[in-house]
Amino acid sequence: MGTIDVKGKSYEIDEDGFLVNPEDWNMDVANYFAEVEGIDMTDAHWEVVNFLRDYFQQFNIAPMIKILVKEIGKKMGPDKGNTKYLYQLYPSGPAKQACKIAGLPKPTGCV
Amino acid sequence: MAKQPKPEELAKVDYTPPMTAWMDTPAVLKPGNFCNAAKEKSLQLLDMPNPRTWSAKDDDWKLPDNWKEIVLEGLRERLDKYRSLRVFMDICVRCGACADKCHFFIGTGDPKNMPVLRAELLRSIYRKEFTTAGKILGRFAGAREMSLDVLKEWWYYFFQCTECRRCSVFCPYGIDQAEITMVGRELLNLLGLNIDWIMGPASACYHKGNHLGLEPHTFKSSIEFFLDDIEEITGIRPEPTFNRKGAEILFVTPSGDVFADPGTYTCMGYLLLFHELGLDYTWSTYASEGGNFGFFTSMDVAQKLNYKIYAEAKRLGVKWILGGECGHMWRVLNQYMDTWNGPADFLEVPTSPITGTRFDAAKSTKMIHIAEFTADLMRHGKLKLDPSRNDNKILTWHDSCNTARGMGFFEEPRYVLKKVVNNFYEMPENTIREKTFCCGSGSGLNASENMDIRLKGGLPRANAVKYVNEKFGVNFVGNICAIDRAALTTSIDYWAPGVRVTGLHELVGNALVMEGEKKRTSDLRGEPLPGCEAEE
Repeated sequence: MGTIDVKGKSYEIDEDGFLVNPEDWNMDVANYFAEVEGIDMTDAHWEVVNFLRDYFQQFNIAPMIKILVKEIGKKMGPDKGNTKYLYQLYPSGPAKQACKIAGLPKPTGCV
Repeated sequence: MAKQPKPEELAKVDYTPPMTAWMDTPAVLKPGNFCNAAKEKSLQLLDMPNPRTWSAKDDDWKLPDNWKEIVLEGLRERLDKYRSLRVFMDICVRCGACADKCHFFIGTGDPKNMPVLRAELLRSIYRKEFTTAGKILGRFAGAREMSLDVLKEWWYYFFQCTECRRCSVFCPYGIDQAEITMVGRELLNLLGLNIDWIMGPASACYHKGNHLGLEPHTFKSSIEFFLDDIEEITGIRPEPTFNRKGAEILFVTPSGDVFADPGTYTCMGYLLLFHELGLDYTWSTYASEGGNFGFFTSMDVAQKLNYKIYAEAKRLGVKWILGGECGHMWRVLNQYMDTWNGPADFLEVPTSPITGTRFDAAKSTKMIHIAEFTADLMRHGKLKLDPSRNDNKILTWHDSCNTARGMGFFEEPRYVLKKVVNNFYEMPENTIREKTFCCGSGSGLNASENMDIRLKGGLPRANAVKYVNEKFGVNFVGNICAIDRAALTTSIDYWAPGVRVTGLHELVGNALVMEGEKKRTSDLRGEPLPGCEAEE
């Protein structure tokens, strides 16, 4: 547990550096996390983050990777609907990096 | 988190004990070997003591001033309540039969992971406080004072035991180490000393019905996602129902099956099977969790979480309950549910509507395991099966600790898998059935921050998998537990890469020949069936 300061505002983060309160999320925080993760955000990166945000708003949890894959495939074309593409965008794994940037908490349990 | 060493390095275990006696060797909390602390919010949601933000890495664990009194009083209460605990505290003769049976000891070489010594962590305090010899003779009688160091040692090692009970199989007295760990964790919970990976799911379950915190519409949408895939693969779209009153059967499975690969493929298997049978069953978005992380916390919390299964069965007016592929769920259901929340005399003894078989072994709990349900269907020849669809799989079987040692479930899954898979090889005899090795991450220890201990603890199981992989070309390890499916995926990928993890009903779903289905070209993972590779 700790805090980060982004543009004069303080945010709580957990042990893995994820945002504790998803409602704190904004573009400043997203850009901050992207920088920490060493990701140069392009439209393709935002497409993933935006999908994650939308899904989270609707379902209150981060989606399964396969849902993400399928939806990105629908939006961006079938050649993009695979984990390889997502790993190209987020080399440490979409679940870890893209969810962090999107301000989503990690699911816990039998996962 | 530190970078994981290579398997060859991690497998070099040093079994040399420390130079100092165990009581003089303080526990050092090594990063990667313990979990993040339970969050204040999760403790509050379940009305647990001492909710606060704390970290095991800090010196100050923010305990109440009278913490020692609370712990000793808690121990006294439990000694009075559980005759078994008093017996287990008294009867160990330190023969050492258990010492090298624990996966954590095998993987770490840390003597405090010998079950006998892990139990001594608690016994030494019991002797000091509750036995005359210990009070008078102190250390000469194996007794020691309760202190902050002892408490931290408990926390470290009781969350390095997966309550798998392999050691108990070898104990000449049958001392149940899991029960000792459970009491140890209960005492820690009196001070708010749980881990996040247990308390998070437990509070989510209490609050929203399942460990993952899936809300009703999320739960349903996930199953609908599977239905899309099923329709694509088989041409058939099952029509499951949710929270339907008057259904004959309530189906309850771990939420991991609904939201985590590879459990989701097993979930697809259930959906296919129930559709083919025309089973009159319903899912519930209230009792939407078979597992019980409360069981890794305290009996009280476990009882609270378990309560909703019978409550929902009653509300919906079903006749009996069918349970999915989960491990610890079955120790709870088989050994505790009836006394905690029963008798469920509003239900009937489970009877298969397809074969007419009455499952008298479950006549008090009214709940049966899907492996016995399916084995019975197969025994009566009720399913049309094509095992050749699984011919690209060379399978071995991991007996999940709780279904194996907790309910003697050895034959049922094997009976089923032999009907749906042609290539099957057992792991060595001393690593299966009642002697099965834990996945290494059971009892709520499948977090990510403790990966070092998870992989070390996973070594014995993975080593046996590697053996059959090298000898017979095994490429899949099957099991009937959601924690296994999550944990083994990580551990096997590390120790025996190339071997994948599957549930039993994923295999059933692949082999099941359904009425009106189209010619299948891919399995439930969307990968080509044997012989269809070129068509893809």
